[in-house]
Amino acid sequence: MTVPTMAEMAAKGESPEILFWVGCAGSFDDRAKRVTKAFVKILNAVNIKFAVLGTEEACTGDPARRAGNEFLFQMQAMSNIQILNGYGIKKIVTACPHCFNTLKNEYPELGGNYEVIHHATLLQQLINDGKIKLKDGGVFKGKKITYHDSCYLGRANDIYEAPREVLQILDADLVEMKRCRSTGLCCGAGGAQMFKEPENGNKDINVMRTEDALATGATTVAVACPFCMTMITDGVKNKEKEAEVKVKDLAELIAEAQGL
Amino acid sequence: MHYLQQILFVITLGVASYLIRNRVVRIKSNINLGKSNEIKDRSSDRLKNLLLIAFGQKKMFKRFIPALLHFFIYVGFIVINIEVLEFVIDGLLGTHRIFAPFLGGFYNALMNIFEVLALAVLLACVFFLIRRNVLKLPRFWSAEMTSWPRLDANLILITEIVLMAAILTMNANDQILQTRDDHYVATGSLFLSSFLIPLFTNLDTSLLIVIERFAWWFHIIGILAFAVYVTYSKHLHIFLAFPNTYFANLKPKGHINNMPVVTREVKSMLGLETVETPSGEPGRFGAKDINDLSWNNLMAAYSCTECGRCTSECPANLTGKKLSPRKIMMDTRDRMEEVGRSLEKGGPGLNDGKTLLNDYITKEEINGCTSCNACVEACPVMINPLEIILELRRFVAMEESGSPAQWNLMFQNIETSFAPWKFSSADRFNWASDNK
Repeated sequence: MTVPTMAEMAAKGESPEILFWVGCAGSFDDRAKRVTKAFVKILNAVNIKFAVLGTEEACTGDPARRAGNEFLFQMQAMSNIQILNGYGIKKIVTACPHCFNTLKNEYPELGGNYEVIHHATLLQQLINDGKIKLKDGGVFKGKKITYHDSCYLGRANDIYEAPREVLQILDADLVEMKRCRSTGLCCGAGGAQMFKEPENGNKDINVMRTEDALATGATTVAVACPFCMTMITDGVKNKEKEAEVKVKDLAELIAEAQGL
Repeated sequence: MHYLQQILFVITLGVASYLIRNRVVRIKSNINLGKSNEIKDRSSDRLKNLLLIAFGQKKMFKRFIPALLHFFIYVGFIVINIEVLEFVIDGLLGTHRIFAPFLGGFYNALMNIFEVLALAVLLACVFFLIRRNVLKLPRFWSAEMTSWPRLDANLILITEIVLMAAILTMNANDQILQTRDDHYVATGSLFLSSFLIPLFTNLDTSLLIVIERFAWWFHIIGILAFAVYVTYSKHLHIFLAFPNTYFANLKPKGHINNMPVVTREVKSMLGLETVETPSGEPGRFGAKDINDLSWNNLMAAYSCTECGRCTSECPANLTGKKLSPRKIMMDTRDRMEEVGRSLEKGGPGLNDGKTLLNDYITKEEINGCTSCNACVEACPVMINPLEIILELRRFVAMEESGSPAQWNLMFQNIETSFAPWKFSSADRFNWASDNK
């Protein structure tokens, strides 16, 4: 696995095709780190010239803004923009829909203008361009997979088809949950809920969403967001189904099917 | 007799117009309590939203059966207004069915269409009453649907049923009278109301005239009274849905409005530029009361008809938490009305010791939101409860430092380690070399 940093590239006077924005979860959360690595393996395999910021990366400020702390958000955003603009970054890919939304929709007003895509879209493009190919679908052929829409990809940015098209290549049995696409139920982590206990209620949102997923009979729940990953994985554990049902990110599914 | 009716009609129309005018002025000034926010961009996209979503009811049709029945009432409302115009002219001039001689055979067709619509409206309203009160659809009985919102909805439906029944009764009597009295202009056969003719056909002409006149007056007074009532009711959506869809957010739903005042401060803090502080009151960060919200958020509150599609899709509400996006909108409107009433009486208005936050909407409610946009997506008239929730959160976080303890910890982590969790920023790139 080769992971070039921007600093190294800049020192050599080179510039990447695309910057991979790893995000805090992708950098620190053990489960999300496996997604980060799977995605890097794919980028390596298709020979995309990419780089990461490494230790120069910092939280986009998304949870701060959504929890109401606009000062903190803008402090984060401005210093990130200084770094990104300093390196002359043009295009960014990220595996986190929250980072994606913030970088794409909220940084331009503060002076950060980049072409930002989510890894679901990049994977879809690589498949369309024939750079990712699978012979006979691979290990997921015929398996029942359901995709959980991340709010920050779906409703927030109208990206519903790219993740589903990525899953098509697996030749699996794709099933939809009753609540999907624009009526998909949140995993419960958005709006900075990831960082606090839920308010009092009669159920946890991630458990309700996991019930939707389990009702499809799928053995794999595909996700495209590190927070959804945590929430649905916890939900599956809550239902004591972790032996039968796996929660996997799109990048992991593709990497696994390709034997990377 | 005719002159007396004309005089009475002018008085009725005058009183109704006066009352409606007062309410329109009041609602307008209530909305203007909000912050100004110029919305002038992308007018063709805005017009498209108005035509598709308000006029064309596109988002209603996500739930087909209620949408279809609602559509009958909506078309009925618009088309039957043509007949109200005739009523008003007749009332003022002392004529009867003044359009009939001009339109000839088309008048008969028009009246038959009105009757079909009247029946469709009547049946749809009956169905909606059953749905609310017998089938007890959960979203019409949730916590914020206290006695007044439930009564408001039922009053609207019952009024519409009674008004439509009056039209059909009037037409039935009118048709009999056409054969007995020259004053009653021939309309040709009116299909639906003819079924009611047997009920009245044996009555005296004078009694028929009384019934016909009663139904006529009942209908027009009913319509005018209803028009006044609408301005106090959730039913205001019939007018405000149009501007609300026009002024609705066009950016991706994930985008949160920037705060330029914070941008200026952060830029000067980072030494990026020295910006002159603009003169005048700096204002609050975020929203504590209605005057901290934008006028379009306030107009949205008046556009809400409390259908509860937002709340029925809200993950927090579905899992038993206090948050209900519909309640956010109802509270915003109730607070505006309270402030408006106080100002009208020369009272303290906004300075009455109450605020939207805390007295109406609690922190527990706003803290429950996952910003998933399900409510925004669900609203048939493009109301955005999330904008209000986020403005309230901004006030709590920046003016009160009153966010939940775990959020304050998260803020601290971002400040010190540039990640919401307490990890050293020096370890951020370790994933590339560790073997986990």
